[in-house]
Amino acid sequence: MLPHIEYLLPETLEEACRLLAEAGDGGVVMAGGTDLLVKMKAGGVVPRLVVALGRVPGLDRIAFSEQGDVSIGATTRLADVAGNERIAYELPAVAEAAADTATPQIRNMGTVVGNLCNAAPSADNAPCLLALEGSVSIQGPSSLRELPLAEFFKGPGLTALSCGEIVTRVVVPKVGRASGLSYRSLSARGRVDIAAAGAAALVELADGVCCKVRVVLGGVAPVPLPVPEAAQVLEGTEPAADRIVAAAARAAAACTPISDVRASAEYRRHVVEVLTRRALAQALERAQANAGRAS
Amino acid sequence: MKVPISLTVNGDTYDLAVDPWRTLAEVLREDLGLTGTKVGCGHGDCGACTVILDGRPVVSCLTMAMDANGRQVLTVEGLAPAGDELHPIQKAFVEGAAIQCGFCTPGMEMSAYALLQANPQPSEEEIRKGLSGNLCRCTGYNKIIEAVNTAAGWMVEGAGGPGGRGTGSSAGEGAGGRGAVPLGNAPGCKDGPADAGEGGA
Repeated sequence: MLPHIEYLLPETLEEACRLLAEAGDGGVVMAGGTDLLVKMKAGGVVPRLVVALGRVPGLDRIAFSEQGDVSIGATTRLADVAGNERIAYELPAVAEAAADTATPQIRNMGTVVGNLCNAAPSADNAPCLLALEGSVSIQGPSSLRELPLAEFFKGPGLTALSCGEIVTRVVVPKVGRASGLSYRSLSARGRVDIAAAGAAALVELADGVCCKVRVVLGGVAPVPLPVPEAAQVLEGTEPAADRIVAAAARAAAACTPISDVRASAEYRRHVVEVLTRRALAQALERAQANAGRAS
Repeated sequence: MKVPISLTVNGDTYDLAVDPWRTLAEVLREDLGLTGTKVGCGHGDCGACTVILDGRPVVSCLTMAMDANGRQVLTVEGLAPAGDELHPIQKAFVEGAAIQCGFCTPGMEMSAYALLQANPQPSEEEIRKGLSGNLCRCTGYNKIIEAVNTAAGWMVEGAGGPGGRGTGSSAGEGAGGRGAVPLGNAPGCKDGPADAGEGGA
């Protein structure tokens, strides 16, 4: 049973922000509800008012700008991202991460933006979007702001959002043609369970050299964790297996995992090294394939 | 204060007044008496409460009743055609002994239905993925996977079912003309979770 809340479905973003601002600490915003309602049933979150975004038109859109930036709206379902042909073609790891989140039913309800706003350190959709240097658009009661995702996560369950603010979309800039992105994760129950650990890697090639590399880890720190010192091992060099191994070792050294019901800290540190290695190898493979296609 | 909503469930429209905190599962079971939809965990993990909302499978325990306002809901009660006849998926579950305690069965059947609507001839792996959001704590997964394969065969044939005894008693064979892949179930192979695949990495 859910607590006896007030549940409202405003039809404009302005109305949603106003309701949230008026409710102050007693109000929460909801997209798909697959995290929020579970917390409410468990008593972890007991709001007076839930403001759902399901009736706000346009928020469920996936859009591509003329420059090729991709925008995923606040109520775009995980299943819609997983099944979007252009995302699957241009950023397959983004579609794969969405397809690997939870179960078919949850993917028909939950959203990518909700996965980010829930701010679990293990959020499956965060590492790729961080590696791509994505940003979020945040609508407040009186203003709109853009914030890099790198500044969005503040701790487990904590974000940079303040009272009355709503993330309306996440945007990732177009990647270079000779780029490859990969996300590898591990959880106890296939893909259904929350990931114990994950790693995203982005590799961009220019003349056979890694001109840009990003490594972002999930589930091994209080927030999804970019590890620039791992990326630096590869940047400016010709890709080589021993450098991938060295980069993965740096990723493992940078993380600060905890022990919980899903995995011990030791295991997480071990497995994140393996996942980073695999993610870098796949990202490189994809970058090489895309480079071949581009030339 | 109760809120007026209108739900179309299995083709029938109901005008209801519901408390804003109630879930679709609660309204289906308690207000409409449609208790075929089961609530197992109540947290969206087990899939027993799966219904089809506007053509897509969702867990009704995490769907707010107000969010279903004006939308189409299909529950297990609406799966079978009128009368005593069962849906091919239900027939295949019965004939293939894909039911133990039965608690997960409605949710399994609704997920199977959604899968076969989207993909009429799924591979074994696709069936396992399609049912990965449904848990069976009797752990009878193999029979369930086989039953979905059998039902797929019948539905593609258009026969709508085995028609009589003696056919369709084992998955793969019953599927006859669809060239169904005999499902891998090696002797001694342990029946595992539906999506126990490669572990994600």
